[in-house]
Amino acid sequence: MTGGARDPGLQPERTRLAWRRTTLSFTVVALLALRQVLRAGLGAAGTVALALGLLAWLGFLRVAHRRVGGMGAAEPAPLMVRHALAAAVCTVVLAVCAAVMLF
Amino acid sequence: MSGTNDSGPCTGGPDEPARRGGPGRGLRLWFAPQRVREEGDTPDYRFSLANERTFLAWIRTALALIGGGFAVDQFLPHLAWGVRAGLALALLAAGVLCALRAVNHWVRCERAMRRGEDLPVSRFPVLLSLAVAVVAVAMVVVVLFGWEGR
Repeated sequence: MTGGARDPGLQPERTRLAWRRTTLSFTVVALLALRQVLRAGLGAAGTVALALGLLAWLGFLRVAHRRVGGMGAAEPAPLMVRHALAAAVCTVVLAVCAAVMLF
Repeated sequence: MSGTNDSGPCTGGPDEPARRGGPGRGLRLWFAPQRVREEGDTPDYRFSLANERTFLAWIRTALALIGGGFAVDQFLPHLAWGVRAGLALALLAAGVLCALRAVNHWVRCERAMRRGEDLPVSRFPVLLSLAVAVVAVAMVVVVLFGWEGR
């Protein structure tokens, strides 16, 4: 592959769109969390859980934003392990917040 | 920047420390990310991107399971609380497992590609589909017969 040439398989574009889809899914689940707390009333634990969940959402947005920015190169560098780990940790934090909100 | 020439001459002999390691090695790689780069050759960037998209697809699966946990709690309000919380917790736990496994599998695939080995196989997809099937059947049974409990 020569630098600057467009990949005929549009791999960077597909990866960028995959990040966008994932961000969108994360946003939908974060909105469900918001709805959960609004429905149940703002208890102390629920508020803390919601705040944590929104932080996780922001963290995921940040990782996704940086990664999408890096997709502009003709041959993007591989995803870094800490970014993959951060994305997964944000997802896990959201799940833990959801579990807290059940009670 | 190009990502295909940063590995240099180190293709890694059998005596290289990074080659050794047992089952716990994948977990250690999570927290020592630079070690992934040390091993083997950087694969074609398209393979890395494909691996990344697979990782994201698994993250979306995890998010869908978590969303399902919220949905059970929010959209089946007439179920007994215990049943509702149990189903929701099962879905949330599946989501957590799915997210953790997504990173683990991504790291293992990335490492296998760098070393030129076969991609790792996994029975997680089967286990996950069985778990989802069990939750779905439980939900059908509960919705059909357990509607009265409060």
